[in-house]
Amino acid sequence: MRTTLLLQQLINGVSLGSLYALIAIGYTMVYGILRLINFAHGDLLMVSAYAAIYGIALFSLPWFLTFPLAIISTGAIGILLDRAAYKPLRQAPRISLLISAIGASFLMENLALVIVGGVPKPFPRPDFFNHVIRAGHLHIQVLTIYSPLITLVLVFGLLYIVFKTRVGKAMRAASWDFEATRLMGINLDSIIALTFLLGSSLAAAGGIMWAMKYPQINPFMGVIPGLKAFIAAVLGGIGNIVGAVIGGFLLGVFEILIVALLPGLADYRDAFAFLLLIGILLFRPTGIMGERSAH
Amino acid sequence: MSAKWKFCLNIAALSALFGLLYLFSRYGSGYQIRILTNIAIFITLAVSYNLVNGVCGLLHLGPNGFIAVGAYTSALLSMTPAEKELNFILEHLVWPISVIHVPFLVSLIAAGAVAALFAFVISFPVLRVRGDYLAIVTFGFGEVVRVLCNACQSVTNGPLGLKGLHPYTNLWWSWGVAVLAVIVIQRLIDSNYGLAMKAIREDETAAMAMGVDPSRRLLVAFMVSAFFSGVAGGLLAHLITTISPGVFTFVLTFNLLIMIVVGGLGSTTGAIIGAVLFTWGGEALRIVERPMDIGIFTIPGIPGMRMVIFSLILMLVILFARNGILGRWELNWDFLASKFARLRRTDTPL
Repeated sequence: MRTTLLLQQLINGVSLGSLYALIAIGYTMVYGILRLINFAHGDLLMVSAYAAIYGIALFSLPWFLTFPLAIISTGAIGILLDRAAYKPLRQAPRISLLISAIGASFLMENLALVIVGGVPKPFPRPDFFNHVIRAGHLHIQVLTIYSPLITLVLVFGLLYIVFKTRVGKAMRAASWDFEATRLMGINLDSIIALTFLLGSSLAAAGGIMWAMKYPQINPFMGVIPGLKAFIAAVLGGIGNIVGAVIGGFLLGVFEILIVALLPGLADYRDAFAFLLLIGILLFRPTGIMGERSAH
Repeated sequence: MSAKWKFCLNIAALSALFGLLYLFSRYGSGYQIRILTNIAIFITLAVSYNLVNGVCGLLHLGPNGFIAVGAYTSALLSMTPAEKELNFILEHLVWPISVIHVPFLVSLIAAGAVAALFAFVISFPVLRVRGDYLAIVTFGFGEVVRVLCNACQSVTNGPLGLKGLHPYTNLWWSWGVAVLAVIVIQRLIDSNYGLAMKAIREDETAAMAMGVDPSRRLLVAFMVSAFFSGVAGGLLAHLITTISPGVFTFVLTFNLLIMIVVGGLGSTTGAIIGAVLFTWGGEALRIVERPMDIGIFTIPGIPGMRMVIFSLILMLVILFARNGILGRWELNWDFLASKFARLRRTDTPL
């Protein structure tokens, strides 16, 4: 019985970790190129969750149409975010850029609050993700299995783009040396836009799965997952895509196992991630995989 | 301008300020007095926050943690044992705190001291990193304090919070603290330490090459800032008389950030102007959340619209007017004298 419980929790941890991983990729890609923590990244989860809710409820589209549409529109909002909040500050001191990021995050949250209201909305989970698999004492929701699988498929797609295509090469070049890349005649603005598009789309996919996992949606739902994902990105070595994925899985398993093994500390769950972050920054600031993906 | 002149002018300005406050305390409405008290608390917070963010150039995002620590410390110390008994229903308060009862002033000083102690402890991880990492670690500290306030029920009473504090905070307490904070922090900025902090802000490597030890100078700034944030937290607790972990969220830090960015990062007088504008403007903007009657039809009030406007103001200032109102200038007597002289010069024909 003890081992099945542990296995159950391990599966939950991997499932949670896959969501952290998806969100962490966006942080790490933007950091790789702009050297900026995109504080507003977590709020893209909320945008995609609401987009999906309105797609299903308002236009009564089927979920397999709504979800891709929500992901695409969130990607577009990611590009808009860069154009409006970060692009005018490319030459500005770093502190201005960070303040702009915080301002953008608050603006998105509070605009959402004004537009959709503060009452949490239930997320309509499609039946497709609702089955429960029973194996012995294990009870596993299909979603719990699907989310790591979907994450892996998306990550391999991303790795293909980054490492096997021309634009991917340009992205890696930009994260290696921004100015030299510009001198080579590469249009950096479109490369940055593509980075935001990819990162935001992955966050949107993560946001929809997050919303199915915890189906109470409110304008501030993105804050905590966003922070945890950022910690995952630092854990894996910020700027490193594979590191972000590994960091995400590790953080998810770590969190679930701590709560499972030491239930008395469940209240402190959100504090653990930050203590972990402080520990990493003190002892291994470049994370477990080291910085940058271009190596 | 001679130092003697400036001293006399400062005394005159302070007397004028307290004279005005006296008039308000005699003839002002309760609402006006409340806003003035709030303004003073936010001046204290903004000026101490500006010391770390503007003068040292560290994007510190955890003042809400220090404010929470100060508020809880001062509240727990100023309540009588009987009041504490009434508050702690679910779990009993741990022993030494449950019997201590001290005057308000002592509780405020203790609030500052405990907050400064917290600053000292977290400075070891925080001051080893810079830039984005410092921002996220201090943000994490603010969150951890909130989580601890929720979880440590036998000290903080958890999510229930503390109720029924005595409303000790009035105009004189809050403005007294604000004036003290401004004087202490401005003297620190003008001192050798302040010069070193500015040097670190401009170029840390160069400052180190000149023999400045960054971690020591930044630690001083961090602890002084935390001390006054803690004291202001104590004042805030005894103004609103009910505190719970939900009061000290990141929104508080965000508001302080708006004040110092609008006023001009690195300027103490800018922070003061920012705090006054924000507190007064925040009250004035309540209109947008109330239904408005314009002749034939009514515009419904939009709850939450104020935060949208504040975020927009922050973004517009940072994108288009990065220096804020004062930039790094101080609105002091020299500045006024030079402006006045220039005005006279342009007035007289050649």
